[in-house]
Amino acid sequence: MAELDTSGGGGGKGKKVRSKKMSTRVDLTAMVDLAFLLITFFMLTTTLAKPQAMDMFMPDKDDEQKDELPVKASRTMTVLLGSDDKIVWYMGVMGSTAPTVDNFGKSGIRQAFIDNNKKVLAQTGDPKKGLMVILKPTDKSNYKNFVDLLDEIKIAGVPSYGIVNKIEPEELNLMKEQGAFKD
Amino acid sequence: MPKVKIKRKSTAIDMTAMCDVAFLLLTFFILTATARQPEPLPVDTPSSTVTIKLPDSDISMLTVGQGKVFFGVVGQDVRMRALERMAEEYKVTFTEEEKKRFALVESFGVPMANLKEYIALNGAERNNLNQPGIPTDSTNNELHQWILQARYATKELHGQELRFTIKGDSNEEYPTIRKVVDILQKQNINKFSLVTSLEGLN
Repeated sequence: MAELDTSGGGGGKGKKVRSKKMSTRVDLTAMVDLAFLLITFFMLTTTLAKPQAMDMFMPDKDDEQKDELPVKASRTMTVLLGSDDKIVWYMGVMGSTAPTVDNFGKSGIRQAFIDNNKKVLAQTGDPKKGLMVILKPTDKSNYKNFVDLLDEIKIAGVPSYGIVNKIEPEELNLMKEQGAFKD
Repeated sequence: MPKVKIKRKSTAIDMTAMCDVAFLLLTFFILTATARQPEPLPVDTPSSTVTIKLPDSDISMLTVGQGKVFFGVVGQDVRMRALERMAEEYKVTFTEEEKKRFALVESFGVPMANLKEYIALNGAERNNLNQPGIPTDSTNNELHQWILQARYATKELHGQELRFTIKGDSNEEYPTIRKVVDILQKQNINKFSLVTSLEGLN
């Protein structure tokens, strides 16, 4: 890479001895190499992407329930999170409607959310009164399912949801019947 | 007739511009760099379609995985103050040197009793140490105290409310998460964030 010196060296006899002029150009190749090496190092050791976060709201835990609005049972959809990525959901009060075993994904729970939300909106006729999802993660469910479900709720545009940690024994039995809960 | 000589072109390229660009980029990366810290508890976060970025300051990260909980808070000053408050609470004294060393710890999971030994370790030893997580039992709820003291420290130093984020492992069973959420809710923190990795809408 060094520049080739093509000029003839020395000269004939009798000629004046000229002092050779040095080129002012410096070979920058090595410097560029080094610079790119350092760039690569810094790029790899820094965290460029900030973590993404999802906001989550829990209901107030106060024992005295002051400003709780009664929600019509027909507007609620209870979603039970079971083991092995299985979901069981039912509308309204337990036993009044047949429970459905569902899975995650586009045509699974998301479609159910969208459909039920539409139905409830048509029923109430009030755009403010949409579906209310009650999320009940059981002890056997994992964190990924929980986050996925919150995500589906957001995608489907369900206006309100709540997380309830208390699971009724009947609900557990129901899940066991449907094979969505393994001890 | 003399032969027409073709002038030989030099094979050397002018590197000056390239060098300029390279060093400009280098400067940029050095200035914007925040060194990646080795995580004491590696977790695989679940993915979601949400694209809200976490703020840079006044947040605390609770890492949950393998049934253990690790606590971390952003900001060296807050960490130092939180440690001082914890020391008062648990009647342990830390030297200035220890406090300074602790301020550099991004996230940790050792009980108060072993904290002194943990601080004394160097970086490599810390990484190799299998940290037991912060105790969350009802009899010895240190996580509760850490959260409380860190909130006080943030309020004192920055006048801001501390925000909490939970970074949980995908395969973590829900009861562990519930335990952490319960501890937060006991202090009337009903809003927090869950750290997720990005996923396309499908």
